[in-house]
Amino acid sequence: MTTEIILQTIISGLLMGFIYALVAAGLSLIFGLMEIVNFAHGEFMMLSMYAAFWLYTFFGLDPLLSIPICAALLFGLGVATHYGIIRHILDAPMMVQITATFGLAIFLRSLAQFLWTPDFRTIPDPIVAGRIEVMGIFLGVPQLVASAGCVLAFAFLYLFISRTETGLALQATAQDREAASLMGIRPDRMYALGWGIGSACVAVAGVLLTSYYFIFPEVGLIFALIAYVTVAMGGFGSLIGALVAGVLIGLVEALGGLLIDPAFKYVIVFSMYLGIVLVRPKGLFGRY
Amino acid sequence: MLEVTNLTKHFGGLVANDDISFGVAEGEILGLIGPNGAGKSTLFDLITGFQAPDEGGVRFEGRSLLGLRPDQINRLGIVRTFQKLKPFEKMTVEENVMVGVMQHTANMSKARDHALTMLSFVGLLEKRRAHAGTLSTGQRKRLELARAMATRPRLLLLDEVTGGVDQRSIPGLIALIERLRGVGVTLIVIEHNMQVLMSLADRVVALHLGAMIAQGTPAQIQADPRVIESYLGTAYA
Amino acid sequence: MAAPGFLSETPDDPELAAARAEPLRAPPSRGQWILGAVIGVCLLAYPLVFDQPYQQHVLIMIFIYALMAQGWNVLAGYCGQISLGQAVFFGIGAYSAAFLFSNFQISPWLGMAVGVVVSMVVALLIGIPTFRLKGHYFAIATLVIGEIAQTVFINWEYVGGATGIWIPIEWDAPWFAFQFHDSKLPYYYIGLGFLALACLCVYWLERSRTGLYFRAIREEPEAASSLGTDVTRYKLIAIMVSAAFTSVAGSLFTQYILVIDPETVFPLILSILVVLMTMMGGVGTLWGPIIGTAVLFPLSEMTRIYFGGSGGAEDLMIYGALILLISVFYPRGLIGLVHKVMGRGSHA
Repeated sequence: MTTEIILQTIISGLLMGFIYALVAAGLSLIFGLMEIVNFAHGEFMMLSMYAAFWLYTFFGLDPLLSIPICAALLFGLGVATHYGIIRHILDAPMMVQITATFGLAIFLRSLAQFLWTPDFRTIPDPIVAGRIEVMGIFLGVPQLVASAGCVLAFAFLYLFISRTETGLALQATAQDREAASLMGIRPDRMYALGWGIGSACVAVAGVLLTSYYFIFPEVGLIFALIAYVTVAMGGFGSLIGALVAGVLIGLVEALGGLLIDPAFKYVIVFSMYLGIVLVRPKGLFGRY
Repeated sequence: MLEVTNLTKHFGGLVANDDISFGVAEGEILGLIGPNGAGKSTLFDLITGFQAPDEGGVRFEGRSLLGLRPDQINRLGIVRTFQKLKPFEKMTVEENVMVGVMQHTANMSKARDHALTMLSFVGLLEKRRAHAGTLSTGQRKRLELARAMATRPRLLLLDEVTGGVDQRSIPGLIALIERLRGVGVTLIVIEHNMQVLMSLADRVVALHLGAMIAQGTPAQIQADPRVIESYLGTAYA
Repeated sequence: MAAPGFLSETPDDPELAAARAEPLRAPPSRGQWILGAVIGVCLLAYPLVFDQPYQQHVLIMIFIYALMAQGWNVLAGYCGQISLGQAVFFGIGAYSAAFLFSNFQISPWLGMAVGVVVSMVVALLIGIPTFRLKGHYFAIATLVIGEIAQTVFINWEYVGGATGIWIPIEWDAPWFAFQFHDSKLPYYYIGLGFLALACLCVYWLERSRTGLYFRAIREEPEAASSLGTDVTRYKLIAIMVSAAFTSVAGSLFTQYILVIDPETVFPLILSILVVLMTMMGGVGTLWGPIIGTAVLFPLSEMTRIYFGGSGGAEDLMIYGALILLISVFYPRGLIGLVHKVMGRGSHA
C-alpha cells in the first residue's frame, strides 16, 4: 500500500465528510430547536435529488444551477412539515415523534417509487465532470465541487445562525422557548423556519451529490443513518459538533474501508459512535 | 450525624461549591440560605450522590458517602427532595409514595398501607387515586414529602419548602415539618422565605457564590453584615 | 437504627382505614371476565373453524410479532428505554434455533432456550454501557448496535453469511425438529401459548414491585433513584426480559419459515415495526402490543395484496401515511378507544 493510496483515501474521506456534515447540520438545527429527530431527513434529501434530476431532464438545468430552486422547494416542504405534522406532536412522547417522522419517511420513499419507479437514475452530462491530478493523487471534480459547496453552505449557515438577528432569535428559541417568546419572538415561526432551513441544508447536499451519485427512492437511507450518528456523535444541537463528527466519520469510513474491510466500514463508524458516547454521553459538543 | 468537610465542586470554570464544611446534629433543623446560584442545590446533589465532589468528603454517622449511588445513600437513611419537583406524573399519588416504601417490603398491599399512612400524614389521602400530573404545586410538594418520608429517612434534605406555593398553604407545610422534627427526623432545609426559616431552623448556614460565608443561630445570621450584603448585592445587581 | 416513631404506628383514622380497605387495583368486572373468556375460546377455536392455510398464517404471524412487540413494551413502554435495536434479539433467537439444528441436530426447542440465554447475556452487555445514555443518544446507540449485528452476521461465513441458513427438512420427528409440514395447527397453538405466557408475565409485572420501579424509572429516573431504586439494575432486568421475549419470537419465526438470513431477521425495519405496532395499540399497557399488532399486521398484508401487485409501492405509501396519521392524531393508541368503549380509564 503506497502513501498515494492512503493520501487519496484520506482526501476522499474528507470530501465525503463535508457532505455528511451538511446533512447532519440540518438535522441538528431542527433538534436543537425542539428536540425532535426527523427520521424522514434522508427522504428529504432523496426528494431534492429527484427535483434536481427532473429539472435537468425537462429544462436541461444543471444541478449546480438548480441548487437555489431545490433548496427553496425543500425549504417549503420543511415548513409544510412543521405546520402539517410537527406542530401537533411537539409535546408528544419521543416515540410518537419517532413513529410520525418514520411514517412520513416510508410514505415519501414509496411515493417516490410509485411516481418515478425504483430505477437508478443519473445525470448523464453534468457541468462538473472528470478528474484532476494533484501530485499523483486523482480527485473527482464533482466530488471536489460537492464538498466545496457543502463547506460553503455550512459556513453560510453558521454565519446566519451566529451573526444575523433571525439566527440569534433561532438560538434564543432553542435555549429557552418561554424566555424567547417573552422577548417577542414567536416560537412557532422559529420552528417553521428551523424546519425550512434544516431541509434546505439537506437539499443542497443532495443536489450536489447528483453530479456523481445514483438517484433512487432509497438513496436517503444510508445518508440518514449516518446523519443520525453524526448528529449524536457531535452532540445534538451543536453545529460545530456536526462538522467535526461529519468529517471524522468521513475519514474513518474511508480509512476503515481501506485498512480493514469495506464490508465493515459502517461497523467501524458505528462502533466509533458507541465509543464516543460512552465516554461523553452527550456527544463531543452536546448540551442536551 | 452528618459531617461535610471541605466540599468543593467545579463546573467548568464555575465554582459551585468552594471548600464547604459544616456538621448537622441529630434532631436538628439546619437552614441553608443564599441567593440564587449560591450552590445550595449543588450541595444537596453532592451529599446525596447525584454529583461527585472534586474535593472534600461527606460522612453520615461516621460512614463516608463518597462513591455511593443515590439509591445506596437513600438506603442508609438520607433522602432529598428536588427544587424542580419530580413527581411520577403518569402514576397515581399512592403509587408515587409506594415507590419509596418498596425498598422495605416487596409486598404490594403492605406497601400501599404504609403509603396511605404517609398520604394521610401530609393530607393528600383524598387524592390517592389521582395521577400525580394533575396535582397543584402545593400538592406536589406534599407528595414529594410523603414519598421521601416513605423511605423512612433519618435525615431529610428539603429543597425549597415554600417556593412556588401560595401563601395560604405555607402554614400547613411548616406545621408538617415541625411534626417531622417531633418524630425524630433530622432536617436540612433550603428556604428563601426568611420568616419561615427563622421560625423553623435551629441553626443556619449561609452560602454565597459557592462559598460558606456565615453560620450561626437565625438571629446571628439575620444580623450578619456579609449575609445582608450578599442578598442586597444580588438584589441590586 | 430504628425508624422514626410515627412511621410504624397505625393511627386510628376511619378515612385511612377506609382507603386501606379498597383494593389496590380494581379486580376485573364480570363483563371483563366474560369478554376475556369469549376471546380466549374464540382464539382456541379459530383454526378449527378457519382451516385455510392463509387464515391461520395471519394469526400465527400476529402471535410472533405481538410477542416481539410485548418485549419492546416491557423495555420501552414500562421502563421508558426506547430501543431501536430489538432486531438483535430476534436475530439471535432465530439463529440459535436454526444453527444448532442444522449443524449439530440439536432440537430447536433447546436452541430456543439457548437463544434466550444468549440474548439475555447480550442484553446485559448492551445495557451496562448504554444505559448511561439518555433519550436519543440511547435510541441511536441501540439502532447502530442493530446495524452492527446485521453486518457481522452477513459476513460471518460460519453461520451462513449473507445467504443465511436453510433448515434441513425433517419428516419423521416433528416435535423434536419443531417442524410441522402437514398442518399449521401446532405452530398456531405454540405461538398462542408463548404469547399468553408473555402476557401473564406482563400482567404480573403490572402488579409487582418490579413493574412499579420500571414505571418510576420511566417517569423520573432521578426521583426514583433518590427514593432508593437501583435504576441501572432495574433497567437491566427490563432489557433482559425484553430480550427473552424477543428471542423466543425469533426462534418461533425461524421454525415457522424454515429459512433465515440476516436481511430478514436483523433489519432495522423490524426494530421500527415493533415500535409502531406497540404504539398503535397503546404503549405501556398489557394489551396494547397485541391490539396494535392485530390491527397493523393484517393492514399491511391487505394493502400489500390489494395494492402491492404493481410494484409501484402503493401499499407502503398507504401504510406509511396511516402510521403518520395515527401517530399525529391518535398518539395514545387504540387501547384508549377500547377503554372508552368499556367505560373505564387506563391505570397503567
